[in-house]
Amino acid sequence: MATKGKDALPPPPDPQTLSESTAALLRELVAHLRQNRTQLREEWARRITRAQLLTAMTEEEIFAEATSVYDNYVEALETGTFEALQAYARNLSERIIPRGVETHEVVGIVLLLRDVLARSLFGKYHEDFDKLNRILDAYEPAANRIANTVAVGFVQERERIIRQQQEAIRELSTPVLQVRERLLILPIIGVIDPQRARQLTEQLLRAIRTNRAKVVVIDITGVAAMDSNVANHLVQTVEASRLLGATVIVTGLSPEIAQTLVTIGVDLSEMATVGDLQGGIEEAERLLGYKVVPEEDLAPKA
Amino acid sequence: MEVPILKQGHYLIASIQSALTDADLSQLREALIERVGRFRARGVIVDVTALDVMDSFAVRTLRDIAHMARLRGAETVIVGIQPEVAFAMVQLGLTLKGVSTALDLEEGLAFLDRQAQLRSERGSGRIDRG
Repeated sequence: MATKGKDALPPPPDPQTLSESTAALLRELVAHLRQNRTQLREEWARRITRAQLLTAMTEEEIFAEATSVYDNYVEALETGTFEALQAYARNLSERIIPRGVETHEVVGIVLLLRDVLARSLFGKYHEDFDKLNRILDAYEPAANRIANTVAVGFVQERERIIRQQQEAIRELSTPVLQVRERLLILPIIGVIDPQRARQLTEQLLRAIRTNRAKVVVIDITGVAAMDSNVANHLVQTVEASRLLGATVIVTGLSPEIAQTLVTIGVDLSEMATVGDLQGGIEEAERLLGYKVVPEEDLAPKA
Repeated sequence: MEVPILKQGHYLIASIQSALTDADLSQLREALIERVGRFRARGVIVDVTALDVMDSFAVRTLRDIAHMARLRGAETVIVGIQPEVAFAMVQLGLTLKGVSTALDLEEGLAFLDRQAQLRSERGSGRIDRG
């Protein structure tokens, strides 16, 4: 083939005539695709199954989706506008992403459609090579743009979902809770990255101010691993809390974390630590002057 | 701008109202230390609620005030550091080590009262500081 890719149109002698003839060719192409809709669609669905793409979906579902993708595809070719296709791609991605459809599958099926349609053009115009060439010149840039649109739509939707989930995790994972007057606990669960560490600190400092907390227990039982950055951030959090007049007790350091911290030599002398959350709360209550006594211990006196 | 220093019982309260120049800070330090002696103050409270920036000179001056006042017999407590300021301070390594801090004026007064109580509980015969 003489031309390939999006920008491979030969330099036009007169842009007006060329764009007109391109439009005419595209019209012819669309008519051809409409005419052979059933057959091409089936061929496409067959090839998707054969290539073992979209394995998460049943054959009927693939055929149904293939039909609407096909129609949208033809429409985009006809009108030259991609908004409808874009919206459809987004909508489709929204439906198939939760089912575990991968990016390579989506790109794969769109490229397959492109191939199926190109093949049918070969079949139709194989006697008139010159015409075939011109039809492909008109078809290829549009088809590439469509493939691009669908793939980008899918990836964008995926990224949007990931962002949304990250935000959800972030919001869920930093609760500052008041367990007694002037006593807060901050249970940290999961991985602490620098951004999250920063957010944790800011949230804690704000909570200290609004709740007028005197003691804070930070429980890191749910933290699997800690590096020197996170450890230093923890120390900073303790110091910043102290500047607001609150004492911080860190609880739930796992043996692994204790070992890591000692090995990398983080200076934790400024930090009060207690084995578990219960011990931490008891220590905090002692600092605050609370004394929790079981009722039966009080009974004989009364 | 001069920082007003109020006397409240045995305590001196310096309430910083706006951003201070280095000269203002030095002047505050001189004035406070001089008054600790004049009024025989037991405690000093520096309220920094109004400050939204705290540079290294300010932090050093506050620390100097605390240490100098201690040498002259008064306990110092810094109150009202804003959360953002606290965060910025620790990131710059300005942690006010060895200086007491409290959430606000009320907490600062409560802290000084507690210190005074501890001192009196320790009995009259001994002279030391906690």
